[in-house]
Amino acid sequence: MRPESSSAARLQRRPRRREVLIQGVLFLSGLLSILVTVGIVYELVKGAWKFFNYPLWEDTNKALAAEVGPEDTILPVTASGRSIPEGAVIRIGKEIMWVVAVPDATTLQVERGLRGTQPAHHPAGVDILLESRVSLWEFFTHTRWVPQTGDFGILPLLNATLIVSGIAMLVALPLGLSIAIYLSEYASERVSRVLKPVLELLAGIPTVVYGYFALTFVTPLLRRLFGPDVVEIYNMASAGLVVGILVTPLVASMSEDALRAVPNSLREAAYALGATKLETALQVVVPAAFSGLAAAFIVAISRAIGETMIVALAAGAGPNFTFNPFKAAETMTGYIVRISGGDLSYDSIDYNSIFAVGLVLFLMTLGLNLLSQHVVTRFREEL
Amino acid sequence: MRAAASPSASNLAVRHRRARWGMFLFQASTLVGIVVLMTLLYNLINAAFGLAAVEYKIYPGLLGLDIDTLEETPKARLVEVLRQYAPPGLLRNLERERPLEQRTPEDLAQLVVDRVLRPRVVASWPLVPSLLYWDRILAEVREKYPRAEVRWMPWFNVDFLTRPQSSNPLRAGVRTALLGSFWLVGIAALTALPLGVAAAIYLEEYARKDRWYNRIIQVNINNLAGVPSIIYGILGLAIFVRTLAPLTSGAIFGAVPPGTTANGRTVLSGGLTLGLLVLPIVIINAQEAIRAVPKSLREAAYALGATQWQVIWHHVLPQALPGIMTGTILALSRALGETAPLVVVGASTFITFDPVSPFSKFTALPIQIYQWSARPQPVFRHLAAAASLALLLLLFVSNGIAVYIRHRARQRGRAG
Repeated sequence: MRPESSSAARLQRRPRRREVLIQGVLFLSGLLSILVTVGIVYELVKGAWKFFNYPLWEDTNKALAAEVGPEDTILPVTASGRSIPEGAVIRIGKEIMWVVAVPDATTLQVERGLRGTQPAHHPAGVDILLESRVSLWEFFTHTRWVPQTGDFGILPLLNATLIVSGIAMLVALPLGLSIAIYLSEYASERVSRVLKPVLELLAGIPTVVYGYFALTFVTPLLRRLFGPDVVEIYNMASAGLVVGILVTPLVASMSEDALRAVPNSLREAAYALGATKLETALQVVVPAAFSGLAAAFIVAISRAIGETMIVALAAGAGPNFTFNPFKAAETMTGYIVRISGGDLSYDSIDYNSIFAVGLVLFLMTLGLNLLSQHVVTRFREEL
Repeated sequence: MRAAASPSASNLAVRHRRARWGMFLFQASTLVGIVVLMTLLYNLINAAFGLAAVEYKIYPGLLGLDIDTLEETPKARLVEVLRQYAPPGLLRNLERERPLEQRTPEDLAQLVVDRVLRPRVVASWPLVPSLLYWDRILAEVREKYPRAEVRWMPWFNVDFLTRPQSSNPLRAGVRTALLGSFWLVGIAALTALPLGVAAAIYLEEYARKDRWYNRIIQVNINNLAGVPSIIYGILGLAIFVRTLAPLTSGAIFGAVPPGTTANGRTVLSGGLTLGLLVLPIVIINAQEAIRAVPKSLREAAYALGATQWQVIWHHVLPQALPGIMTGTILALSRALGETAPLVVVGASTFITFDPVSPFSKFTALPIQIYQWSARPQPVFRHLAAAASLALLLLLFVSNGIAVYIRHRARQRGRAG
């Protein structure tokens, strides 16, 4: 301490480098979460971009009509098969070519040796393959997903996801709401102190254990109830029911919070008018908490759509466009797990397809989560 | 007036009856939840114990061996059995690889089982039928599989927890998977805990809520918590496994474990992926814990001239620590049970060696459950159930610790 310095000078604001540094580090940690989101979006979009630009070689049923040498740029082709348009990219053997002009049905004028391939000698009768890509239109409207034949319509996967989630919500919505009403309106302090841990236990069970449960308990039960001819070993109903059980605790606890947030004065007013407990709960409290309940359901749908292990184990492996819940059909998440669980080359279209499917899944859940947050904000303003 | 009074009276009875039915319905729904939990546990326990009919190539009793305690049999006896009964060609190969006398008892026991005894479970029964109809089961086995030996199989036992993975269901264990899970959770904790707490401190203590970037960070964290876990798997696959492969495979440290290829499908990639997955949950839980610290504490510290960081480090964090720990343990429990992202990141499905470094290939308990559940042979269902019990037990313990910390902190808070 320097005694000569006046106390006013010592109390002056000094730059505190350490403090600023710490604050900076903490801020960067917070920023990391943004980086994670950016990383997710970047990788999904990049993979999806590769998927939609992946060259698929389709058989045109056209073949070379005569043998061509490495220097020839006019190719004689057979008249049969699909016509090849100008500007198309074709492949003969290993060589890739660009169709400059199509003078007539049996001739192609080409530029040889595209994309690093070498112009080569091709004998007569070799098939000509036409390059095609998965179009967005095909991706969102076609009802077949068979990578082997180049069919990439996401509808079968999307449909299975929606059916499983639909069944799940049929279970979780009434069950979760009932439990929430019971806990917030009826149960005594002591009862809810017992019940809440049970719900927490249910919520804490890993989804793969639920998947085992679906496969070894619910599916046999369904098959006994409806007959093994009706219910397949892998089916959407079993997966949906168990996903419903999985999200029930979530619905229950979020709904309970919403119901408890309703001011007691509303309940007391209803009782004063002679309403029964049930009337109060259903006609006063539930409508007052409606936005909060809606948010809970939306979050639950989002969870159900993103749920993976239950559907991977119980719903079946193999895309199938069906509306029958007792049939096997693969969901989007199930597809991603099956494809990435196998040994895949990083350059195959199957590998890139999981990014496209993942992007759709991400956008769906993100949309639902944003919607629920919006609804919750409105709910808080209403109260 | 009188005419109106009587319907209203009966109306009242109807309304009361309806109210009773409503209450009954709500109670029943709650009961359904409890029943489902019970059924699930019953289903697991039922499959984790029971009778099994086992056929052997050579019955262990004939050789004076007991299949459950093979490791404790004298090494010389195991070597003798192998020399006598194993195919000569195989023996030559084994001796060339490593002489029998130099092998570990575990290794020898495994060889005796796989190459000499060769047990095969031909039929198995869950616990309840095993107990109720054991005489009928014995009769059925005698008739259908006259060579089979009926054994009481506690699929879930201590050996199951300590044995490595094996293709033979009688000797399969989850040690490799357990260790893999511990590695994964450890790495996830090392990344998510400091980053999560730092972000939470920033958001609660420093961030001005009216700044747009702080609002974006907060909204973003809430959204990240709702992203399906499989999406994190895809992120981990693209970033840790592929882009950062030289780092996560250990290649740039020259630390690629022998016998593995240098690719990024390591326990480090898996752990980092899980770390990112639980990060938003850790942040949200830590934020709540920090928010719960009373404002008066901060004001008192400021009044004594402490800087903002001193206030946080010496007063806010110690107070919030139990809450942060509880929240973090709960988040890590979630990581312990996660399966989908690990499948995507590329957990190996069948490895028999324990993970020894961050660059080891790995499997994890949930992966093991998934694999065994997905196998068509019913025997593996028993193993899946036993592994599920192990996982649930582990979760029960870790959640118990979390609850205990919270409870103790509350009591201390009351005392202080």
